[in-house]
Amino acid sequence: MRSITKRFPGVLANDAVDFEARRGEVHALLGENGAGKSTLASILTGLYRPDSGEIAIDGKTVEFHSPRDATEAGVSMVHQHFRLAASLTVADNIVLGYRGTPWLRTNPGTIEAQVAELAKRYRMPVRPDARVWQLSVGEQQRVEILKALYRGARILILDEPTSLLTPQEANDLFETLRTMTAEGRTIVFVSHKLDELMAVSDRVTVLRGGKLTGTVNTRDTDQHALARMMIGREVVFTHAKEGHETTRETALELKDVSARDDLGLQVLHNVSLTVHHGEIVGVAGVAGNGQRQLAEAISGARPRMSGDVLVKKRRLRSGDPEHAVVNGVAHIPEDRMDTGVSPSLSIAENLVLKSHRRPPISTHGVLRHDRIMRNARELITRFAIAAPGPDTPARLLSGGNVQKVVLARELSSSPEVIVAANPTRGLDVGATEAVRGLLLEAAGRGVGILLISEDLDEILLLADRIAVIYEGRIVGVVPGSTADVQQLGLMMAGASA
Amino acid sequence: MRIQRRLDTPRWLVVAVPAASLVAAIAATAIVLLAAGKDPIATYARLFDRAFIEPGSLSNTMITATPLLLTGLAAAAAFRMRLWNIGAEGQLYLGAVGASGAGLLLRDQPGPVIIAGMILGGLLFGAGWAVIPGLLKAFFNTNEIITTLMLNYVAGLLLTYLIFGSRSFWRDLSTFSARAFPQGKPLPAAAMWPSLDLSVVVLPFGFVLGVLAAALLWWLYRSTIFGLQARILGDSPPAARYAGVKTRRVVVTMMALSGALAGLGGASEVGDFRHVLDPRGLQQAGLGYAGIVVAALGRYNPFSVVLVAFLLGGLANAGYSLQGPGFPAGLVGVLQGMILFFALGGELLIHYRISLPVPFGERGLSRQ
Repeated sequence: MRSITKRFPGVLANDAVDFEARRGEVHALLGENGAGKSTLASILTGLYRPDSGEIAIDGKTVEFHSPRDATEAGVSMVHQHFRLAASLTVADNIVLGYRGTPWLRTNPGTIEAQVAELAKRYRMPVRPDARVWQLSVGEQQRVEILKALYRGARILILDEPTSLLTPQEANDLFETLRTMTAEGRTIVFVSHKLDELMAVSDRVTVLRGGKLTGTVNTRDTDQHALARMMIGREVVFTHAKEGHETTRETALELKDVSARDDLGLQVLHNVSLTVHHGEIVGVAGVAGNGQRQLAEAISGARPRMSGDVLVKKRRLRSGDPEHAVVNGVAHIPEDRMDTGVSPSLSIAENLVLKSHRRPPISTHGVLRHDRIMRNARELITRFAIAAPGPDTPARLLSGGNVQKVVLARELSSSPEVIVAANPTRGLDVGATEAVRGLLLEAAGRGVGILLISEDLDEILLLADRIAVIYEGRIVGVVPGSTADVQQLGLMMAGASA
Repeated sequence: MRIQRRLDTPRWLVVAVPAASLVAAIAATAIVLLAAGKDPIATYARLFDRAFIEPGSLSNTMITATPLLLTGLAAAAAFRMRLWNIGAEGQLYLGAVGASGAGLLLRDQPGPVIIAGMILGGLLFGAGWAVIPGLLKAFFNTNEIITTLMLNYVAGLLLTYLIFGSRSFWRDLSTFSARAFPQGKPLPAAAMWPSLDLSVVVLPFGFVLGVLAAALLWWLYRSTIFGLQARILGDSPPAARYAGVKTRRVVVTMMALSGALAGLGGASEVGDFRHVLDPRGLQQAGLGYAGIVVAALGRYNPFSVVLVAFLLGGLANAGYSLQGPGFPAGLVGVLQGMILFFALGGELLIHYRISLPVPFGERGLSRQ
């Protein structure tokens, strides 16, 4: 790809980017959210047309009018969010929309056999006659890859392929990729996770702000150098936890809190926890052990079955988010795009999502637009939210900027307690650093923080004390400074401390 | 040809697409007219004359536009929050019941008192009828499309029962012929709503109320806590719960508001035009369902609803008065259907970008 330029309204997504991948290599495409990785990948697969520049495959200039043209030229993409028909079988999904597919399947076994053969060759076990909705996320990804291979893909683009996989599934995927490159296929691996790029790629191309920063051989570089190319400056991978005093004063206290999930099953059993002012308490656990319900029981989004939540010794009413807000509880929800913000509403309105009922934002039921705009301009500057303006709908922002909107709103309410659920999940290095910095800064000011995270490294990095949750119970609390990963791992798997 | 989802809709498109849809609908209907051996230009000229130009035609247009405006606003209010109240029809019947009941009860009071009572009666009965599905949705999560639709039939039967099936307060039993051929009690003369004579056009009182209601609705959505909460809830229910919006309260209130607007439409039918509770007339008109079309064409914007109600009102009015041997009776229906068809098709252009492949060399010049 030579000198690719693509403009979107208000954004130069790709600015004269050159990109070249060799036959038989895994070529990583690295960059922060909004750096232009996805745009470049979409141009290569015919989803977008470049404003200028050209694409050549095997030395021949090509022109893609649609993804189908790209597929026929041997270029396929596996998207981060899979594009599968859940009620159809694996084999049906693989041939769906493919030009060679007959209208009537007179010989139903053939495709299944071909798919099974492909699956075996690339060691991606998946049953061709299974329905897609029955498959795990990892298996669904295999279907996407098989679909590409079935269509004769010689260049396969994977967009953040490991974001939904377990470490074991990710390793299996890397094995498959090696088999494919050994056959001379080319893999373009789009990601912002440095460690896996180091593990899987032969070369890395780094984009920053729509521009090419450079292409390097993986074996000649390291994570720090790549991070520098991606961010444009040094990145702090470790945060100094000292510098803030933990007082012995209680900010948040949970007493025997129990709660149900949406289906009415009890998933939180008598959870008791204390967070002091200036302290970060991490809640570690495997996903789905009651973390979401814990956060919601505190923030009031979910009624409690029993037990008390106290902030500065005041009992919060069950199932009353407004009461929690007024008493100084800030909540960073794990699902930022549908819960943290109202996607179609403007940034300005999202910044007053919780404060709109009270003066000065509203008086006597009427909104004060001047105050809302002033608040928005102030917070956009203070939290460096990259957006065309306060009127921009939140859905047009990148993940990192949406999270900044959430943080700006929650932190500006001068909270006593912050409940942060997976605050950096899916964010790139730069945004992760910014979010963690803001949380540490808040703790430094004396805010008590309950950090609920499935990322154990994050908890080890930030937390003063670590509580482990398993099947809705706190199975132990250990000091962060002396925490042992092995021991935490055992506790997360259900062994008591 | 390629179709892409637009990231953001340019403002001019929101106006241009409906206008173009209207032109396309007129053109398509012209083809139908030609096929039927009619001169389209002459037919359209007559239609236009009768709707807006001839003396008195504009005032008649306002009469047909008034109920469309109010039911259109009722639908727009709820739809904007993705609350699919398609029960404006039944809520309008109940509004008519409430307003005529109030007019009969207050028959000995001075005019302004009767009229105020009728407006209140229409608002309350319409709101009350809509609150039933509102509560069902808020507390039992029932599908409001089904409950509001079913309640339309219940309301229609209730209307019929009040006049044809019972010796109710609304039924006229004073004369022998009234007992033999059931009809509603006529309202006193003082219960007739005033109209606003602007010399070019006479505006029914209901239309004036409708324009006020449109302004109020616009302001409500834009500038009040309730409006913001309704927008959050319509956009993302989890975000609304997270923000502490009292979801049930907003749903029930919005249903009540929507029902009240439809009920006002029913009150205006009684006070402005019919002066009696007329089950057959109300049920034949289908004003509540027409309101859904008005709201959809107006893209749920209250001010657009006023405009659309006026245009469709003109069309309907011309259709009624021109019907006869020389004029195709179904024409207005065909034209209305075409307009709706093209307008909904035009939605595609508002949300998606359609582009033809452009040779690579020309790309710099022709940015879409």
